[in-house]
Amino acid sequence: MSAIMREMRSAYAFVERNINLIKRYWGWEIVWLIYSLVNSLAVTYIGAGMERISGQALDTQYLITYLLVGTLIWSYLSVIFYAISEMIAWERWEGTIEYTFMAPVSRPTHLVGTTLFAIGYGVVRTLVILVIVASFFHLDLSGANIPGAVLLLLAGSVSFVGLGILAAVLPLLYPERGAQMTNAAAALLLLISGVYYPVETLPAWLQMIAKASPATYVIEGMRGCLLHGARTVTLLPTVFLLFSAGIAVITVGLIVFRFMERYAKRTGRLKRSG
Amino acid sequence: MTIPALELKEVRKTFLKKKQKGRLSRAKREEVVALEKVNLAVQRREIFGVLGPNGSGKSTLIRLVSTLLLPDSGTIEVFGHDVEKEEFVVKRLINRVSVDAAFFKKFSPMENLTYAARLYGMPIREAREKMRQIMLRLGLKESTFTQPMENMSRGMQQKVAVARGFLTSPTLLLLDEPTTGLDPQSKRDVQAFVREIREDHDATVLLTTHDMEEANRLCDRIAIIDEGKIIALDTAGGLKNLVSKRNGQEPTLEDVFIELTGTRMEEKERDE
Repeated sequence: MSAIMREMRSAYAFVERNINLIKRYWGWEIVWLIYSLVNSLAVTYIGAGMERISGQALDTQYLITYLLVGTLIWSYLSVIFYAISEMIAWERWEGTIEYTFMAPVSRPTHLVGTTLFAIGYGVVRTLVILVIVASFFHLDLSGANIPGAVLLLLAGSVSFVGLGILAAVLPLLYPERGAQMTNAAAALLLLISGVYYPVETLPAWLQMIAKASPATYVIEGMRGCLLHGARTVTLLPTVFLLFSAGIAVITVGLIVFRFMERYAKRTGRLKRSG
Repeated sequence: MTIPALELKEVRKTFLKKKQKGRLSRAKREEVVALEKVNLAVQRREIFGVLGPNGSGKSTLIRLVSTLLLPDSGTIEVFGHDVEKEEFVVKRLINRVSVDAAFFKKFSPMENLTYAARLYGMPIREAREKMRQIMLRLGLKESTFTQPMENMSRGMQQKVAVARGFLTSPTLLLLDEPTTGLDPQSKRDVQAFVREIREDHDATVLLTTHDMEEANRLCDRIAIIDEGKIIALDTAGGLKNLVSKRNGQEPTLEDVFIELTGTRMEEKERDE
């Protein structure tokens, strides 16, 4: 019991630390929120303007919701991805990495704490953006399957936790450019996952890569729920796929992280702060 | 037989360092030996000093014991526990204070220490009281406890680092040049606290320094390290006995260092 309590306290260390980081760097937080908000609005206005752009009659309402779902889900998933991949980058920036790695905290405990924060932060941030963006457009979600969408989003979060762990290896190995490399990984996911357009729009070889991205299934499933009211039972295979793929990616991520942590300790890479 | 607090056997550690690359050639790497077949045993309740210039291998030694580096060969045991095979047992027994007071700079001392206490799984109410007591003992004013670390002087930050190191009541405290860059009063505060840790809390201290006076004043035994090798190990008095008197004056540890390495410590540091 005391061992479990100790692990819970250790996991909470990362939740509290990240909340404190938001409080201390609130200026950055506001800038980042405004950026995400403006980005969501700009993308959604493309849908609103398509009739004028093409000169043809279109279902504008459908286009707006289509783009809004993509931009909001991407906003949420990318927050999960960045919050977890930055679990090492923050320690590098502040120079505290050696103290965190010297503490008797297992990497799964480290991950549990970071994930709890990431999901809470992602939900709050996405809801704020949703409320503001929704006030600009008339959204009709009367036929939407909201519980199914939430289920899908939770399953998708698991996969993004795994991807975040894999990305967190980069700042561990490359003190100076690791964090920038995670941005490139996120940009690739944005390109191939059908966030703003159907995956079928991509060249055949990119469509093949898109099949490996969990975001592809989350976004497609979410559109099914919110635009077409897909029933929960029809979503279960996707939920199962996302959940099992997520567990597999987390397991692989932890193994890779453990291996790379030992490599970093052999080569002295924990020392440099970047 | 009593198990030593810390025991290193034939420990070797090398790093690969990039050499300057030419315009067309790839960067070559050369092996740099940080520690070469180091053997030492630190007894329980001992303040053991490792004295050497910058780049002599002192910090590498501390990082190896701290589980932040893995040795190429040899074994390191803390109270009989192997640092590689029983990493988590060792992590619960040790803590470290380094020369660079690494903190979340915008956090206050209390926030930084709370983070450390939670990482070690400490009950937070108990930990907060302990933080207060240690920081007050080290001469920090209560009004500074909630100020951002970035507004504090180097000396004050280092005191918070010492408080963090002792917060978890380590049985082996690793101090890596903890007083470098401190003003004389802060230096005395930290040194007095180190003595107190040993006397009142039964802790063992491994202290690296390039301050001869500090080593002389604090340490029960001192190892002199140079270019990754331990070249002498004894009490301060024993080390001084290695050197004959000069002009009727008692030799200093600096004289011992010059005698053993053929150069002054400052010159060694300039060459690095």
